[in-house]
Amino acid sequence: MTATRLSYPLTVDGVTWRVRDAPLTASLLTVLREQLGITSVKDACEQGRCGSCSVLLDGTLVTACTVLAADASECRVTTVAGLPAGGPADAVRRAFAEAGAVQCGFCAPGFVVAVTDLLTRRPSAGEEEIRTGLAGNICRCTGYGRILAAIRAAAAAGATAAAGEVAAGETTAGEAAR
Amino acid sequence: MTGQTGAGQTGAGQTGAGQTGAGQTGAGPVGTAARRPDGPAKIAGTFPYAGDLRVPGALVAAVLRSPHPAARIARVDTAAARALPGVAAVVTAADVPGAQTYGLIVPDQPVFARDVVRYHGEPVAAVAAVDATAALAALAAMDVEYEPTPPLTDPTLVWDGAPRDHPPVHPDGDVFGEIHISHGDPDAHGPVAVSGHYVLGIQDQAFLAPEAALAVPAADGGVDVALATQWLHSDREQMAACLGLPEEKVRLTLAGVGGAFGGREDVTLQVHVALLALRTGAPVRLSYGRTESMLGHPHRHPARLSYRHTATRDGELVSVTARLLLDGGAYASSSPAVLVNAVTHAAGPYRVPNARLDGATVRTNNPPCGAMRGFGVPQAAIGHEAQLDRLADALGLDRLELRRRNLAQPGDVLPTGQHLPGPFPLREALEIVAARPLPPPPSGPVEARAEARAEARAVRRGVGYALAFKNLLFSAGFDDYSTAAVHLELGPDGEPIAVVRSAAAEVGQGFVTVAGQIARTETGLSAAVVTPADTSIGSAGSTSASRQTWMSGGAVRGAARRVVDELLARTARRLGLPAAVAREPRRMLAIIDGEIVAPEAGARVPLSRAVREALAEGPLVAEEVFRHRATQPLDARGQGDVHVAFAAAAHRAVVDVDVELGLVRVVAMALAQDVGTVVNPLALTGQVEGGTAQGLGWAVMEELVVERGVVVNPTFNGYLLPTFADVPDLDFTPIEIPQPDAPYGVKGVGEAPTCSATPAILAAVRDAVGRDLFHIPIRPWDLVGPRDLVGPWDLVGPRDRVEEGAA
Repeated sequence: MTATRLSYPLTVDGVTWRVRDAPLTASLLTVLREQLGITSVKDACEQGRCGSCSVLLDGTLVTACTVLAADASECRVTTVAGLPAGGPADAVRRAFAEAGAVQCGFCAPGFVVAVTDLLTRRPSAGEEEIRTGLAGNICRCTGYGRILAAIRAAAAAGATAAAGEVAAGETTAGEAAR
Repeated sequence: MTGQTGAGQTGAGQTGAGQTGAGQTGAGPVGTAARRPDGPAKIAGTFPYAGDLRVPGALVAAVLRSPHPAARIARVDTAAARALPGVAAVVTAADVPGAQTYGLIVPDQPVFARDVVRYHGEPVAAVAAVDATAALAALAAMDVEYEPTPPLTDPTLVWDGAPRDHPPVHPDGDVFGEIHISHGDPDAHGPVAVSGHYVLGIQDQAFLAPEAALAVPAADGGVDVALATQWLHSDREQMAACLGLPEEKVRLTLAGVGGAFGGREDVTLQVHVALLALRTGAPVRLSYGRTESMLGHPHRHPARLSYRHTATRDGELVSVTARLLLDGGAYASSSPAVLVNAVTHAAGPYRVPNARLDGATVRTNNPPCGAMRGFGVPQAAIGHEAQLDRLADALGLDRLELRRRNLAQPGDVLPTGQHLPGPFPLREALEIVAARPLPPPPSGPVEARAEARAEARAVRRGVGYALAFKNLLFSAGFDDYSTAAVHLELGPDGEPIAVVRSAAAEVGQGFVTVAGQIARTETGLSAAVVTPADTSIGSAGSTSASRQTWMSGGAVRGAARRVVDELLARTARRLGLPAAVAREPRRMLAIIDGEIVAPEAGARVPLSRAVREALAEGPLVAEEVFRHRATQPLDARGQGDVHVAFAAAAHRAVVDVDVELGLVRVVAMALAQDVGTVVNPLALTGQVEGGTAQGLGWAVMEELVVERGVVVNPTFNGYLLPTFADVPDLDFTPIEIPQPDAPYGVKGVGEAPTCSATPAILAAVRDAVGRDLFHIPIRPWDLVGPRDLVGPWDLVGPRDRVEEGAA
């Protein structure tokens, strides 16, 4: 019964923590919630089936419950709180609040991570791609309708922002040329 | 009037999103798409759910559960567990200081099993330890000797089956309830008859946040508990009894609730966590994992339905005979009330001149069942809608036409003798969904979305319709009420604010949004907050039965009106108006655009000043207890004015079925629903979309599988839930007719679409494959396996018979 325990550093949202005497078998989810008190990462199935604990591991979307925390020691862990500014995260958060994508909200932090990841990789993802790309994130309240509306709104906001950046960039380039 | 406002199904959300800027989030009155006040915190991950609560020095609890569905407990030895390092307490049945049992309706469920266990997962002991590892080690060190006994798992052995050769499961008896409705001439029958039999599996609520609570012992010998629940006061009553404490020493606060759907109406971990806190003198937190959650709370009742409908050759219903057997599992939970709903809705929203509707809910060693969204009505809807299709086919009539000819109208007599209360725009709902555009035909292979790819020739398109009605609020004579208080205060910025206090459980449905909208509407203030629900105020009743917007909304409205009356009275006095005005201030004063105006006196006072000045005389606060009209319990013949009101819903489902692989894909869903006055179009859309998705889940994938009393799939690996890829866009049309006896004319909206979604999808799949599918959910082998698998539990007679001649 005595589990092997390990101590190791863990970098979450840019902060490096010292994890002390964690069981070797502890998942990243368990260490985040129980050792570091980072409860924005939700614990709903512990089988990688619901996406409530979605985080980025060196920029790749994973379910924290199916990653050993000790294996993540050398990686950058990004939770909903640490999503990069300048990417789609802000638009996604705003769209979730405005479009009614949140009811009980337990899936929301994981969804925001997964949607931000999807729109970062595929800013113009269509409905089929959104649906299949997010099939690993369960929402029991909404039936996904308002979440889809939020994702579309966030994608549109991203497209508008990108167009604005291009326009701003052109102006700058023009000014520089002059 | 048909609300075309929402006809563009996604319109509610998109329109609202376009109209309301981020700065206005949460600020609208009744009728606007106000945003959730808790939305930003939930999105940021900072909203504290029950399982997120942490206090220094808190112990971690864990519960030991029976691996057997039926066993005698020969011995429970806790000595080794107690001796482990880090273990603070171990409690068993011997440590329960008060009542040994609890229950929503009858207290038949032990806090801990003492001599026998009656279901797989029944709690036997609980431990508190310094951390989760130590707690789990303590569970492993518990020495419990079980003597397994043969489980009673076939409910037909309890009711109407073969003579039983089995000792009772429980000394209270094994029939939780039995109802016999006799209406008109129950022996009458028409010349055309169809019979059908349906087996319904267990659906789990599968709310996303598993059960959790934090209990803190108090200096007065009581306990303060923060937890996720649907009904704080019911929990408190049951907890206090089991803890041997007066209710005022058991103080509950609602923590963040991650969904409920009925699954948090019962006591699960409440007594355990409080008992451990009292025993150890330390804070204790207890959180279930998914498997423990799925074993630990009651589910939707599995059921066996036998139906016989007869009609004239013109398609006029003559009689309905139905027998409904609901397996309540090991303990009563809300089984008797679920049965009332199932049987009183068994004939559906139709004019039925003659009926014999019998139902029972019985005890077995299967998992306990109780409340889930729809509460007995989804089971009935599966039966009556399948029967209507079957009857239409036997008559050679269009399935919708048969429904049109038999739909109940307001004033029609239901089988209970109750006159159907209006408004009841179900005919309108049917015509709306029938007229909605259909999706284009399948153009290629069904992609079961990366799961499998079938040959296009194996794909069959099907279209199905279902109608349902669902009672609103508590029924059958229950004294159903809600309490709320509204305070007018000054906020930190010195501006007036309406503060709403209520014990109504916000479980995700949006009551906090609605309560704020109502408070803003009634006070004219732009700022309203809803304080966390707790037991320092009277009961708000349960967050169930589609009741909180009507009931607690009514209480908030009443309290707000009273506190405004007081504000106006004080203002009238200060303005020097006659004493008669102060007694009935609304005769002369009104709140308009942020001012109190008294046109006859030529006075205008800004609301902020009026509140500030009125507060100088003392607090501005009013409380209201809201009740709906009284109902009656059913009498011995199943007669009574049993329900307050009904909501009506019509769904159309379009499916593609791969008849070689047995895969179903729901392609499109259309819903028209009787929703009363819309308080918040965005929240309404969210409720009906979510309700439809849960109905979809039960139709084609969700089943908690039980084999010889053992739950075999209590995980999200084994229990399938609808994903983003499974749930199509909902084409939703609200029908807005104010409900006369409800505040603002509201109607509960969350349950009706769950009742109609499942049978619509079942009808569509039957339409696609031409098979008589009787098992719900539909499984792949039901679509591709041998055809006739009907069981031996036929309760009303031979099946699939069209009789000619008899009159």
